[in-house]
Amino acid sequence: MRKKNWIRLLVLLVIPGMLFTVSCRKKTPAPSAPEPAIVEEAPMIDTSAEDEARARAQALEEERLAEEAARGSFVSEKVYFEFDSSVIDAAAQSILRSKAEWLQNNREATIIIEGHCDERGTNDYNLALGDRRANSVKTYLADLGIAPSRMTTISYGEERLADPTDHSKNRRAQFVIE
Amino acid sequence: MIKKMPVLMFLALIIVVIEMNASFSAEYDYINISNPFLNKIPIAVPFFRPMAEGSAEKKMAREASDLLSETLEFTGFFKILNRGAFLEEPSEKGIVASRINFRNWRTVGAELLITGGILIHNDKVDMEFRLFDTFKEKLVIGKRYKGSPDDMRQMVRRFAREIIYRLTGNIGIFESKIAFVSSSSGTKELYICDFDGYNPKKITQKSNMTFAPAWSSDGRYLAFTSYARGRPDLFIKNLSGKRGAVINFQGVNLTPSWVPGKFELAASLSFSGDQEIYLLTGTGKIIKRLTNQWDIDVSPSFSPDGKKMAFVSRRSGSPQIHVMDMSSGNVKRITFQGYYNTSPSWSPVDDKIVYVGMINNEINIYMIEEKGGVAIQLTQQSGDNEFPTWSPDGSLITFSSTREGKSRIYVMTAFGTDQRRLLTMPGEQSSPRWSPAEIKD
Repeated sequence: MRKKNWIRLLVLLVIPGMLFTVSCRKKTPAPSAPEPAIVEEAPMIDTSAEDEARARAQALEEERLAEEAARGSFVSEKVYFEFDSSVIDAAAQSILRSKAEWLQNNREATIIIEGHCDERGTNDYNLALGDRRANSVKTYLADLGIAPSRMTTISYGEERLADPTDHSKNRRAQFVIE
Repeated sequence: MIKKMPVLMFLALIIVVIEMNASFSAEYDYINISNPFLNKIPIAVPFFRPMAEGSAEKKMAREASDLLSETLEFTGFFKILNRGAFLEEPSEKGIVASRINFRNWRTVGAELLITGGILIHNDKVDMEFRLFDTFKEKLVIGKRYKGSPDDMRQMVRRFAREIIYRLTGNIGIFESKIAFVSSSSGTKELYICDFDGYNPKKITQKSNMTFAPAWSSDGRYLAFTSYARGRPDLFIKNLSGKRGAVINFQGVNLTPSWVPGKFELAASLSFSGDQEIYLLTGTGKIIKRLTNQWDIDVSPSFSPDGKKMAFVSRRSGSPQIHVMDMSSGNVKRITFQGYYNTSPSWSPVDDKIVYVGMINNEINIYMIEEKGGVAIQLTQQSGDNEFPTWSPDGSLITFSSTREGKSRIYVMTAFGTDQRRLLTMPGEQSSPRWSPAEIKD
């Protein structure tokens, strides 16, 4: 806190000084003028350090937000399947490639892949189908270089619908970061 | 031991005192269960006779006669005649053959007549029942039971069992139970009720989700899939609560089915990365892998002799019912109608297999012979109909259906007739499985 106050004080003193310098500069067209200006500007080094710190913090924050967003979309972005199918289609492949990228960038992360079905068909068969979907995703990610030991699968069959009105939204694999 | 006591006491209480001169040595063959053109036998069950003036007798006489009617009607073998049309009243005139004018019963269309009498003394009930053939004008069965008033239902069922045994040669379903899954408590737990939906009891606690129960052939064990530990594990539960096993391989542990007469069961496990059917001991150890084909293999169900196994396989690209010969391992596909046929259940008495088929997004129950051929559709235009299972005598099928909105459990005859709801409970009910005819202690 004390340090911050000191910086604030410094800023209060320096900024009017700068204004003065600038206005001075306008009034003195002499080419020799920049030299004192440099002296005058010297305290600004402290300010720019502050800015830099702030920028760094902002960059860190942005990075954190980006990471969070990446993590968020890793969890929220689902892979969808056709009826009674566990085939990874082109759309699913591109989603899984971005998931693989995230997993490469977050090497400590382990995940759970959940397999789900729509409510058509029988509960028991759908538990098997959900298992198959989760396994297809795991195999695809493993083929992209993700260690199988970082991935566990679980089937919920038709027990956890994402959207009770749209079958296509329920035939899915979704992801949990452990 | 403490748990067993009431059962033993109860058995001791119901004493069959007399076998009233049933003068027929040969068993009747009134009903052929496997006849698809079965005509229902018209039977008259007039109100039972209170054998004393007490109001308790009167009340129980009514209840017991209604219960016997309902119990017999449940089988689908009988047409229960309307009491309003009866020409005489055995509850007043008398319940023995000499007091009955059989012509009066033939006139109202009854081929069979049941009379009953009830006496309550010292907090004990004395019930007597008689079954008459109205054409032969003869007593077919006479029985007397004694017990506490609370045993009335059991006594009525005992006599119903005698009737069915005499008429079909089979002990019937009256001591069987039905296991099912219900979400009444908020989570999907396992329940067991009597064959007629009476007295549902919760068997599992905090299972989260429960699926596909299966009875061992002695009725002592139930195997089922539960997410109690967060994953689809297979639990083998001794119903007396003493022992049990958990099969919790990585992946799914699903769709158990016991081998008839053995302490062995088949189930679909996916620890290899592929859902395959394995044969397991009743303690959960793998004996061997039964299926060997890439893609889904689930839902085994054994023939009555255990020599064949029906199951679902997607080996041909869509889920279809297949039958495996257990000794050779040969597999043949038996369903060719539609692209989605699952949940086979093999009849406990013959070569019929019921299953769930989806055609044009309608999910119905079908029946097919083990050798294949034309499937018979048993449910129509009535929501999703799933998880069919046979009564132990092969005469009835119970299943779940969304025909009234929520998933509930229904019963029908093996020919698809007499479809009715089994029981009413809060939440949704699914996955019924009928127990063997008798549950051993």
